[in-house]
Amino acid sequence: MSAILEARGLFKNFGAVSAAADINVAVSADSVTGLIGSNGAGKTTFLNMVTGYLKPGAGSIHFDGHEITHLTPRRITQLGISRSFQVPQLFDTLSVAANLQAAAGIVAAAAKRWARGAIAHGRAGAVADEMLQRFGLAAYRNQPAGTLPEGVRKLLDIAMSLAAKPRILLLDEPTSGVSADEKFGIMDTVAAAVRAQQVTVLFVEHDMDIVSRYAQRVLAFYDGRIIADGAPATVLKDGEVRKYVIGEDLHVKH
Amino acid sequence: MKDRTLIVLAAASVVMAASIPLTPQWLVFLITLALAKGLVVLGLVLLMRTGLVSFGQGLYYCLGAYAAALVEQSFHVNDAALMLAAAVVAAAAVAAVLGFLLAAYRGIFFAMLSMALSMILFGLLVKSAALGSTDGFNIATHSLAGAKIEGSAGRVLLGVTIVSFAAAAAGLHRYLNSHLGRLSAAIRDNELRVEYLGASVRNVVHLNYVIAAALGGLGGGLTALAVGHIDPDMAYWTTSGEFVFVAVLSGTGNVLAPFAGSALYEAIRTLANQYAPNVWQMTLGAAMLAIIMFAPDGLWSLFRRRARAS
Repeated sequence: MSAILEARGLFKNFGAVSAAADINVAVSADSVTGLIGSNGAGKTTFLNMVTGYLKPGAGSIHFDGHEITHLTPRRITQLGISRSFQVPQLFDTLSVAANLQAAAGIVAAAAKRWARGAIAHGRAGAVADEMLQRFGLAAYRNQPAGTLPEGVRKLLDIAMSLAAKPRILLLDEPTSGVSADEKFGIMDTVAAAVRAQQVTVLFVEHDMDIVSRYAQRVLAFYDGRIIADGAPATVLKDGEVRKYVIGEDLHVKH
Repeated sequence: MKDRTLIVLAAASVVMAASIPLTPQWLVFLITLALAKGLVVLGLVLLMRTGLVSFGQGLYYCLGAYAAALVEQSFHVNDAALMLAAAVVAAAAVAAVLGFLLAAYRGIFFAMLSMALSMILFGLLVKSAALGSTDGFNIATHSLAGAKIEGSAGRVLLGVTIVSFAAAAAGLHRYLNSHLGRLSAAIRDNELRVEYLGASVRNVVHLNYVIAAALGGLGGGLTALAVGHIDPDMAYWTTSGEFVFVAVLSGTGNVLAPFAGSALYEAIRTLANQYAPNVWQMTLGAAMLAIIMFAPDGLWSLFRRRARAS
């Protein structure tokens, strides 16, 4: 399988803190990869470098064979790398449908710079309807986003990222802040939507149940390095991962 | 597709235009001013929808007025259509340049910076003896798009103002319901997300700023023609504050609101001036207080609540 996203020798320091130290990863198309690691391990720094919001100190990032290391975040988004947020970033006074239309419209407008207007408008409406169905949000269609329950806000946030029709979707803790009985429902919905759109997914997650169930591959971060990389069953049993990421030793002692 | 806003706008414009010959002179002047200022407020509504409050729309109101007047004074062009075109072009051109600076600011910084810029124009005009300094100067209009104006110039100008307002309001209504209009509201709610979705917040803010300025310039040009006199007070911060007052009074929910708010404002001011000259500002203040307490989303919310109840 060909790599759709490749990071080569990424380094990033914040003063004395090393947030990325020689990160080398190749992600194959249509795969689902989980990123795990304790706080400050470098997961979010990695996401931010891929989306262009942080520039690596050294190394390069390649998307679909083209180097994107020095492109602006907006350009990278337009090329097809989209992200969702740990705390949903919505347009609170707009309806759910308008949130999705705004997201879809941005892409349509960027693609057809001079033919915006009606064409972009109509297509955005169709994409928004598609997302409403796919994410089971049709019942909330005309409700302002600010009045939605948290689980639905999470779904809408991810639906907006997917309305941009990306080729790579980066999910930042898709189930954080969601009740335990909701989390699998949300992930099932997202997984189905991702399969329908054939999107490559990288997701940051602290919930190991979610990681082992939905990821095909797991990258474990510690101190800016990737300390384990492989199938979830293998990585989650790894000695270093248990010590630095999952922290089981600590629980066992008491 | 039926759009109630456009139907009401068209109907109101036709009724107003048809009743021009029957309207008494004092009312002609009042409605012309209300519509002209309503145009400036339309621009403010667009900025407020984007999450920005400009305390400096007087800059473009004044620029439009002086541009229209200078076209007449310098080139002896006294055709209303050309003078208004000059007003719009001058305002939009200045805003296109200043927009590079202002599009980077939000909230109180945007408000204060826009006010500061209008006070700079005020200062320049006050110091310009050639432009009549604090007194300003008189202007005259003799023709409209080449045709000589016969009879009452005030009534002809009211017609022009009605058409201008209707066209601007309809255009803005379409704009607000387009992708860019929705994006403007999205920017007000969450700029970060708009950027992460791949759109430039700065570009949208810049564009909206220029549109608001063009509307401000048109309103200023029409006011200059209606009053027949211009002075630097049009750029003074209290003038800008008046537009913000009317925008809050009207509400930003609909493009028809600025006319309703502007008409109410002019009516209260005229009546209060006549019957309670010593407390006219207090009367306006009381009206504002009532709006904030009973209809915090402006006059427009009263219509909407009624429409929903029925």
